[in-house]
Amino acid sequence: MAPLLHVDNISVSFDGFKAINALSFDIGDAELRAIIGPNGAGKTTFMDIVTGKTRPDSGDVRWAGTNVSLLKRSESQIAQLGIGRKFQKPTTFEDQTVHENLLMSLANRRDPLAVLVYRRSQPDEDRISGIAQQIRLSESLDRLAGELSHGQKQWLEIGMLLAQDPKLLLVDEPAAGMTAPEREVTVALLKELAQTRSVVVVEHDMEFIRALDCRVTVLHEGAVLAEGSMDFVTADQRVIDVYLGR
Amino acid sequence: MPELLQRTVLTRHLLRNPSLMIFLGALACVCLAVTILGEGFGIGLISTSFIKTLGKTLCLCMIAIAMDLVWGFCGILSLGHFAFFALGGYMIGMWMMFARTRMIVIEAAQNNVLPPTPVEISEAVGTQIFGVVGGAEIPAIWAFADLFWVQLSFIALVPGLLAYVFGWLAFRSRVNGVYLSILTQAMTLALSLYLLQNDSGLRGNNGLSGLQNIPGLDHVPQSILSIIFFLASGLALAVTYIMASAVVGSKLGNIIRGIRDDEARVRFLGYNVESYKLFIFVLTAVIAAIAGALYYPQAGIINPTELAPIASIYLAVWVAIGGRGRIYGAVIGAAFVSLLSSYFTGGQAPDIPLGFATIIWTDWWLVLLGLSFVVVTIYAPQGLGGLIDKLVTRERG
Repeated sequence: MAPLLHVDNISVSFDGFKAINALSFDIGDAELRAIIGPNGAGKTTFMDIVTGKTRPDSGDVRWAGTNVSLLKRSESQIAQLGIGRKFQKPTTFEDQTVHENLLMSLANRRDPLAVLVYRRSQPDEDRISGIAQQIRLSESLDRLAGELSHGQKQWLEIGMLLAQDPKLLLVDEPAAGMTAPEREVTVALLKELAQTRSVVVVEHDMEFIRALDCRVTVLHEGAVLAEGSMDFVTADQRVIDVYLGR
Repeated sequence: MPELLQRTVLTRHLLRNPSLMIFLGALACVCLAVTILGEGFGIGLISTSFIKTLGKTLCLCMIAIAMDLVWGFCGILSLGHFAFFALGGYMIGMWMMFARTRMIVIEAAQNNVLPPTPVEISEAVGTQIFGVVGGAEIPAIWAFADLFWVQLSFIALVPGLLAYVFGWLAFRSRVNGVYLSILTQAMTLALSLYLLQNDSGLRGNNGLSGLQNIPGLDHVPQSILSIIFFLASGLALAVTYIMASAVVGSKLGNIIRGIRDDEARVRFLGYNVESYKLFIFVLTAVIAAIAGALYYPQAGIINPTELAPIASIYLAVWVAIGGRGRIYGAVIGAAFVSLLSSYFTGGQAPDIPLGFATIIWTDWWLVLLGLSFVVVTIYAPQGLGGLIDKLVTRERG
C-alpha cells in the first residue's frame, strides 16, 4: 500500500546552510512516528515544508499515494487536504474561549461567506464537547484560552487539530514545559489519536519518546541517520556519537 | 453538558447584546432630541450649522466603526479608509453638482427665444462646472453624472472596486503590519495628488462645491434639509452598528480576531486568510464610502485635501482613544474627539493667556490631541471603551 506521506529526496538551504539534505522517508496510515535529532537537524524545517510554509529547493512531497504534490499548495489548501500542525510554542487564540477555539477548527466549510452565515448546530456542539472531553477540558469550555495553564493550552491545540479531523498530525515538541503528570496524559492522548490517524511527533525528550513506544526516525544534518525502534536507534553508534553522547 | 453549553452561549449572546440595545436607544434619543430642538421641525434651540456638525459626526462614527472592524478586529491598520470616504463623497457630489448646474442652465435658458439644444446645454454645464480649471468639456468620468441611481451605485462600486484591487494585490503578496499601513497611506496620497491635478476631471483643488443644495429640492430650506440628512446619517449609523455587531458576533468574527492575533495559525487551520482580509477590507471600504456620501452633502464641499493622509491617521487615533476591538469604543472615540476638535478649532474655546504666551486652541488643539493619544496608549491601552468595560464588570461583581 502506498504511504500516506511520501517525502522524496528534498533539500533546502538557507543562506548556504543546508537545513534539509536529500531527505527521504515515508509515513504510513495510522502510524505513530517520533522524529528526534539534535538542534539544527532539520526537524522543524521538515514540518515547514510539509505544511507549505517553506518551499524546498528540490525534491517532492506526495500525499496519500496520489499524484498530489504538496509543494504547489498553499498552507490553507494543505490543511484542508488533512494535514494538521501543532506548533512548538502552544498557539491558541488566547483572546477567545476554548469553545470558540474548537469551533473555528471544526471541519466545516472554510470560505468567508459560509463562515459568515454559519449557525451553530447540534452535531457540531456534540463534536466540540466530545473533543473537550478527550482533551480533558470539558470544564473549561467557556474560559478564555489565555487563562489556561501551559499544559492545558498544549491540549487545546491538540484538540483544535482533532477538530480539523486530519489524516496526518504533525506535532512539534508537545511535552515542552509540561509537568510529569501532564506528560503522561499527553502520551496517552497521542497514542489514542494514532489509532485512527497518523501522528508524527518531534520531540527532544527521550523519556517521552520511549513512553510513546513507536518507530523512531533520527535526523542529523538534514538527513535520516537511523530509523527503527527506540532500542534499535539508541544502540546505533552514530546516533550515540551525534546526539545521545553529548 | 450540551444544555449548559447552550445556556452559556445564550447568556453570552445576551451579555453582548445590551450594548447594542443601549446604543440604539441612545441614538434614537439623540435623533429625537435634535429634531425637537432643531430649527427645521422643532423649537429652534439648536442652530442649523450645529445640526450639520452633529450629522457629520454621525458619519464620522460610521467610518470609525469601519476602521474598528478592519483594524481593531482584523488587525489591518489601514491608513487609507478616508480615501474611500472621500471617494464616496465625490461620487454623490458629481451627481449633485451636475444635476443642479443642468437645472440652473435650463432655467436660465427659459427666456431665450429658441429652446437650447442638448449640445448647448451640455456646453453650458461644462463651462459652468469646469470653467475654474480652464475647461468646458465634460470629462468621460462624468458620463453618468446625470443619472441619480447609477451615480448612487457608484458610491459603493467605485471605492469597493479600488479596495478590492488594492487589497487583492497587497494581501496576496502577504504584505503585513507596518508595511501594509505604509502602502495604504501611499494609495491615499497618490489618489489625493491625482485629484489635485486640474485635468483629473474632478476640478482639481477646487473640488466639488455647493453640495448642500440638493438638485430638485431648492425650495426646501436648509434647516429642514439638515434635519433630514442628520436623521439619514443616524439611520445609516444604526444599520452599520447592527451589521458590524452581527459580523463580529458570527463565526467570521472569530476568524478575523484569530487573524489579528495569529495569522499563521488561522492559515494552518485551513482558512484562506487573504480572502478573509479582502472581505473585511472591501466591506469596510464600502461602509466608509457610504458614510462619506452622507457627510459631504452636509459639509457642502469636498476637495482633495479631505483625503490627505493625516485624515486617516486621525481616524486611527479616534479608534485608539475610543478603544479598539469594541464597536461602541469606535463610536465613542469618533464622537468625542471629533466634537471636541470642532469645539477647539472652531474658535469657540476661550484662549488662555499665560503671561509669557497665550494658548490659542486652534493651534494647541493638536498638541492636546497628541498628548491625550499618548496618555491613552500608556495608561488605558484599551481606550475609553476599555474603561467602560472595567466599570461594567466591576458593578456586576
